[in-house]
Amino acid sequence: MLSRTADHLYWMGRYIERAENLARMLEVNQNMALVPRTLETEEQAWIATLTIIGLIEPFKQKYAAVTPTDAMYFIVFDSDNPVSIFNCIRSARENARAVRGTLTSEIWETINSAWLEMRVTGADSMTAVDTAAFFDWVKHRAHLARGVIQGTMMRDLAWHFTCLGTYLERADSTARILDVKYHVLLPRGERAGGATDYYQWSALLHSVSAFEIYRRVYRDLITPRRVAELLVLRDDMPRSLHRCVSQLHTHLIAVANAQSAETVRRAGELQASLHYGRIEDIFSIGLHEYLTRFVGRVRDLGERVAQDFLVSATGD
Amino acid sequence: MSANAPYNEMYADDGGVREHYRRFAKWLSETPGDRVAQKRAEADTLFRKVGITFAVYGEEAGTERLIPFDIVPRIIDAEEWRKLAAGLKQRVSALNSFIDDIYHAQEILRAGKLPAEEVLCNEQYRPEMQGIDVPNGIYAHIAGIDVVRAGRGEFYVLEDNLRVPSGVSYMLEDRRMMMRLFPELFARYSIAPVDHYPDLLLENLRSVAPSGVNDPTVVLLTPGAHNSAYFEHAFLAQQMGIELVEGQDLFIDNEFLYMRTTQGPQRVDVVYRRIDDDFLDPLVFRPDSMLGVPGLLTACRAGHVTVANAIGTGVADDKSIYPYVPDMIRFYLDEEPLLANVPTYTCRRADHLEYTLANLDKLVVKEVHGAGGYGMLIGPAAAHEEIATFRERIKQSPTKYIAQPTLALSACPTFVAAGIAPRHIDLRPFVLSGKEVNLVPGGLTRVALREGSLVVNSSQGGGTKDTWVLGHA
Repeated sequence: MLSRTADHLYWMGRYIERAENLARMLEVNQNMALVPRTLETEEQAWIATLTIIGLIEPFKQKYAAVTPTDAMYFIVFDSDNPVSIFNCIRSARENARAVRGTLTSEIWETINSAWLEMRVTGADSMTAVDTAAFFDWVKHRAHLARGVIQGTMMRDLAWHFTCLGTYLERADSTARILDVKYHVLLPRGERAGGATDYYQWSALLHSVSAFEIYRRVYRDLITPRRVAELLVLRDDMPRSLHRCVSQLHTHLIAVANAQSAETVRRAGELQASLHYGRIEDIFSIGLHEYLTRFVGRVRDLGERVAQDFLVSATGD
Repeated sequence: MSANAPYNEMYADDGGVREHYRRFAKWLSETPGDRVAQKRAEADTLFRKVGITFAVYGEEAGTERLIPFDIVPRIIDAEEWRKLAAGLKQRVSALNSFIDDIYHAQEILRAGKLPAEEVLCNEQYRPEMQGIDVPNGIYAHIAGIDVVRAGRGEFYVLEDNLRVPSGVSYMLEDRRMMMRLFPELFARYSIAPVDHYPDLLLENLRSVAPSGVNDPTVVLLTPGAHNSAYFEHAFLAQQMGIELVEGQDLFIDNEFLYMRTTQGPQRVDVVYRRIDDDFLDPLVFRPDSMLGVPGLLTACRAGHVTVANAIGTGVADDKSIYPYVPDMIRFYLDEEPLLANVPTYTCRRADHLEYTLANLDKLVVKEVHGAGGYGMLIGPAAAHEEIATFRERIKQSPTKYIAQPTLALSACPTFVAAGIAPRHIDLRPFVLSGKEVNLVPGGLTRVALREGSLVVNSSQGGGTKDTWVLGHA
């Protein structure tokens, strides 16, 4: 497969996933706002969200203060923000367009119509937008795109590179979403394990479609340790770090070439640490510390994938 | 060749329906008008859907127009096609011999059949190609020959397109559309299929691989997603199951061509390029080109890669060379041309120039290097001032112009705002040359949708029709 084609497919996968995860992350914030919050905690929650997705600096360059409407607009629609949901869908579609011949027509049509709809929705401000419905729309488009990819695509290199992009992005996103709780402080006077704390953890679970699963798996109170265990270590949880890295490892093996052995090894090592890891050990390091390191290792894998497959395959 | 009532593809002079259109005419009369209207609307919607994906290839919507599609097919009967196909094969064979000759022994110039300076001083002549042997001596692997019917129905070749002829995707899409909309018509007629064109093309490209390569790798080289014909490039690559590559995907190493793949460099043997010569190799042609592959010509010269169409074919489809094609057929094949040229006055010749200037109101004047219907004077339809401006331009640089009598292009019934009315058409069949010369029965029929207009180019408001070659049934 052409390196350029692989690159487009990989980024198509990443951008679809990123659009979805941005919507999920904003949903956490939205849901956390359902319990009464002071202006101060509200602002702090948005600073947390912007920090987690790495947009706090570009945001501050454009806006003097953090207000919910500005923050939301910046993350969702702002075309100046290269990774707004708007631009993620545009980029997914641009990448798909560049390799249209490699895709089934259903995949192209699904992604293209998502972009055409996005362009119509694209608003100048957040006031007229039903955000809950919009986040649902983004998630549905992503489900549809992934569904048509899984349902119509030949299981060849093209598919593997698309999946590589998807799982790499998802691993990164789940880690960041899980880290939201670290950044979102409890209101003054609230204790850990109290009502607000509970709402925050359950909002987090909802955002990764894990609330019902949590109930079924643990049949018990929501505790940070179990939430972390579910989203980090469980292999049967589709958005967990363990699941994402296992998939990543599998797809890396499928596309392996003469120079990718070290990348495969690092992915395998990370996979093994999740496979045999214990939640106690993670908590003794500290969840935030652990997630920060994890995000770093995923970034390293992403850079190595680019090096091994996407740019460097020249003869000279 | 007078400008009387044009030949009508469907109706004979006495108003009766021609034999090969009878079943269509019967179907049309039996089918309620609102159903036909509904089908036309459906065609419009379906094409708009394809067209939307087409249009968005430009940066934003609206930068590319949809090409209108007309549901009345252009029908050619079997016997007529047989003659036409034989003439096309003959013509393309001679053109290939000509290109091979002018880059080697130049026998035709020595024999004085055409002036050497017309060839050697032509901008499209590539001295870099002199002495390079290409597989099977084939240069124009894919040729789009524009033919028209005029006078009382005889075919004329209007133009040979030997560089990167496009439009074949419309031939295939138009057929698909007609089969989808009117399956009952395909049951009534035995219509020769065209959808194996991509297979033939791939076979053809593989047959001209460098010698010694058993299982050649073929790629399609496109200028990229922003090119107006990108849809066709992606479509053909997908249909053939070959890689659609851009210049940045390819590199030359030790006079071999490779593409960058996720598994490392992979050898490429045949390049079906859809990029003009000028942009193909920045080391030889335009140094600012980002679209080509530095060193490609050296790989060609070493015989390690076949470029289709070969570099330097443009000289043979130049309008200044066109008048000599019948002589080429006689010279290389020792045969009489089966297809006629349109009589052409080359303004570089004093007598022709004189005739042209005296008859501008009756002639079509074309720029020698023009294309796409731009820079053209249609005498009978032109205003006084327009003729005067052209007269001055021709006088200033006569070598830039040729003139031809205004042909009464044949007309085919076509849906227009007021109902069905005759509109002028042409035909572009695609001739493939490799180990043998082949073409699918059909081509792209273009139609000038404006009443009386003779310009069928899509850039000038032309549309397309499905082209049916009838089987023997």
